[in-house]
Amino acid sequence: MSTVDWKNYTPVLLPDIKDLHKIDVYTKNGGYKALKSVLTDKKKWEGPKAVVEEVKKANIRGRGGAGFNAGLKWSFMPPADGGPRYLACNGDESEPGTFKDRKIFEYNPHVFIEGALIAAYAMEITTIYVYIRGEYKTYIDMMEKAISDAYDKGYIGKNILGSKFSVDFYVHSGAGAYICGEETSMLESLEGKRGYPRVKPPFPAQKGLWGRPTTINNIETLSHVTGVINNGAEWFSSIGAPTHPGPVLYGISGHVNNPGVYELPSGVPVLDLIEVAGGMRNGKKLKAVIPGGSSTPVLRADQLDGITMDSDSLRTVGSMLGTAGMVVMDEDTDMVDVLWRIAHFYHHESCGQCTPCREGTGWLEKILLKIKNGDGEVRDLDLLLDLTTQMEGRTICALADAAAWPVRFTINRFRDEFEARCIKKAHAVA
Amino acid sequence: MAYEFTKEDLQEIETIKAKYPEVMPATLPTLWVAQRRFGHVEPEVQRLVAETLGLPEAHVHGVANFYTQYYKEKKGKHVLDVCTCLSCQLCGGYEILHHLEEKLGIKAGETTEDGTFTLNQVECLGACGYAPMLQVTNDKYVNHLTKEKADELVEKLKSGEELEYEQIKMPQHKNI
Ligand SMILES: Cc1cc2nc3c(=O)[nH]c(=O)nc-3n(C[C@H](O)[C@H](O)[C@H](O)COP(=O)(O)O)c2cc1C
Ligand code: SF4
Ligand code: FES
Repeated sequence: MSTVDWKNYTPVLLPDIKDLHKIDVYTKNGGYKALKSVLTDKKKWEGPKAVVEEVKKANIRGRGGAGFNAGLKWSFMPPADGGPRYLACNGDESEPGTFKDRKIFEYNPHVFIEGALIAAYAMEITTIYVYIRGEYKTYIDMMEKAISDAYDKGYIGKNILGSKFSVDFYVHSGAGAYICGEETSMLESLEGKRGYPRVKPPFPAQKGLWGRPTTINNIETLSHVTGVINNGAEWFSSIGAPTHPGPVLYGISGHVNNPGVYELPSGVPVLDLIEVAGGMRNGKKLKAVIPGGSSTPVLRADQLDGITMDSDSLRTVGSMLGTAGMVVMDEDTDMVDVLWRIAHFYHHESCGQCTPCREGTGWLEKILLKIKNGDGEVRDLDLLLDLTTQMEGRTICALADAAAWPVRFTINRFRDEFEARCIKKAHAVA
Repeated sequence: MAYEFTKEDLQEIETIKAKYPEVMPATLPTLWVAQRRFGHVEPEVQRLVAETLGLPEAHVHGVANFYTQYYKEKKGKHVLDVCTCLSCQLCGGYEILHHLEEKLGIKAGETTEDGTFTLNQVECLGACGYAPMLQVTNDKYVNHLTKEKADELVEKLKSGEELEYEQIKMPQHKNI
C-alpha cells in the first residue's frame, strides 16, 4: 500500500493567507479565475457538459458524509427546459464531531462561492441557496457580506463576466434542527416548512425545490470544485488516497492537545492525525476513535495500526470516513456514558415520521440510560442489538441508521465494558 | 400587548420574500425577524407573522414549534445554551452545565427569578474542537470554557458588556 505524502502538503482550501475572506485579497490571490475560465474560455470548455466531465473525473467524493462522486451526481440533472433549476448548498453541519464548513465561511468564503457558481454553470442552474444552520449566526452574517461583495463585482447576477450566464445566490438560515442536514429535509426547510425528510424517489435531481430539478452538495465539496477547475482533475485525484482523493478538512476534537480543523490530503494514518493534533492530552493512552462524526462506527485503539483516513481503509476495520470529524477518546473514557449521550442526540433529533426511528431511538436511549445508571442486565445488551437491526433500512431517511450503527458497534467493540456495568448490578442484587 | 412590525421590519420582510418564488419560504426568515424584534415568538407573534405573510396561522405555528431556536415562550434576557453533546461531554461540558446551575441557582431549562438568565442544555453546536462551549442567546459562541471563564461570562453579561466574537485560528497556520 502506498503511503500518502502528507507531511509536505500545503493547504489550498484554507491557505495561510491573512484576510482572504475579503474579495480583493481573494482575487489578488487568483480568485475567480476558475469562474472566468469556464464562462469565457470557449476553447478550453466547450459548454457546461465539459465542466461536469472534468469534475466527474476528479472524483470529489461528497464531503457531507455519504462520499458520492460530485460530478456524477451533477450528471443526473435532466436536460434544461428553460424553467428554474436549483443548487442547494448544505451548510447545516450538525453531526456531532463536525465543525469544518464554518472554517470555509470564516476564512475563505469566496472559494466556496466560486465553486458553487461553477457548479451552477455546469448544471445550468438559475438560483443557488446556501442553507446554514441558524446557530452559525456569525457565519451567516459573513456569508451575506461575501455574497453581496461578489454581486457588486459582477461575479453573481445577470450576464456574469459578460457571458450569457446569470444566476442568483441567497443565504437561507436554519433555526435549530439536525435533521435539516438530510438533503430532502433541507429542501422542506428551504420551502418554509417543518424539516420532514421526503420519500425518495422522486430524487431531488428530478423533483427538488418547488418540484424543480435540484442538486444538493456540501460546502466543502463545492469549495473543492474551484481547485479542480484551476488545476485540473488529475491534480485533484493525485492528492491523497487514490479511491477517495483530494484535500480533506479534518475536524479533530476530544482528548488531544491541539484540537481544531486541519487541512491535509485524504488517507492520513489515523494515529498520525492524532499526533498532528498535538497528541494525547495529559500523556494519557488512546482508547478509541470515532473517525468521521458520531454516526460512524467507533474503533478501538488496537484496531488502528496502519489504518488511514479514507473510505477503503476504514472499511477494512468496519467504519467510515463520514464527515472526517474525528473524535479522540483517552483511557479514562466511559464508553457507556458516551454511547448513551450519542443515543440521546439521535432520539432528540428524530423527526418522528417513521415508527422504527421514533420509537427505536427512544428505546435505545432509555435502555442505555438504565445501563449507565447501573440498573442494566446483560440481556439488555442483546435487546439493544436486536433493536438496531429493526431500525436499519426501514425508514424514510438515514437518521435511523445513523442512530443504530454507534449502538451496534460500540457494544460489539467494548462488550466487556458494557457487561461489567450490567454484571455489577447482578452482584449487588444477589 | 399587540405586536407590530416596524416599517424597517416590513421592508426587510419584502426583501426576504423576493429571494423565493413563493411566499411560504419566507416563514423561517420572518420568524427570525420577529424573534429579533420581540425577543420571542409566542403565539401572538406567530399570528402576526402569519398575517404579515398571508399564510395560515397553523402553518407558522407548526414551523415555530419544529425548530428549537425559536423561543415559543419568553426567555431570560440572556440565554445560555451549554453544549453537552459528544465532544463537549468528553471535555467537561456537564461540569460547566452543573457549575452554571449552581451559580445561577436554577436547573437546566429554567430562568432565574429576576429574568436575567435562562440556562439550557443543547445538542452539538459545531464547535466540537473548542469544547466545552456554549452559545449566548442564539448569537456569540464562548469556547474553551473553564469554571472561571463561565463565571466571568456571567458577570460580563450582568454588567451589560457586549461579547466579542472569539476568533479561533487554524492550528496549522501563522496568519489565520
Ligand atoms: C440525518 C442526516 C443528517 C445530515 N446532515 C448533513 C449535514 O449537516 N451537512 C451535509 O453536508 N450533509 C449532511 N447529510 C448528508 C446529506 O443528506 C447529503 O448527502 C449531502 O449534503 C450531499 O452533499 P455531498 O454529496 O457534497 O456530500 C446528512 C444526512 C443525514 C441522513
Ligand atoms: S428516519 Fe427518523 S429522522 Fe428520518 S424521516 Fe424517519 S423518523 Fe424522521
Ligand atoms: S459536541 Fe459540543 S459543539 Fe460539537
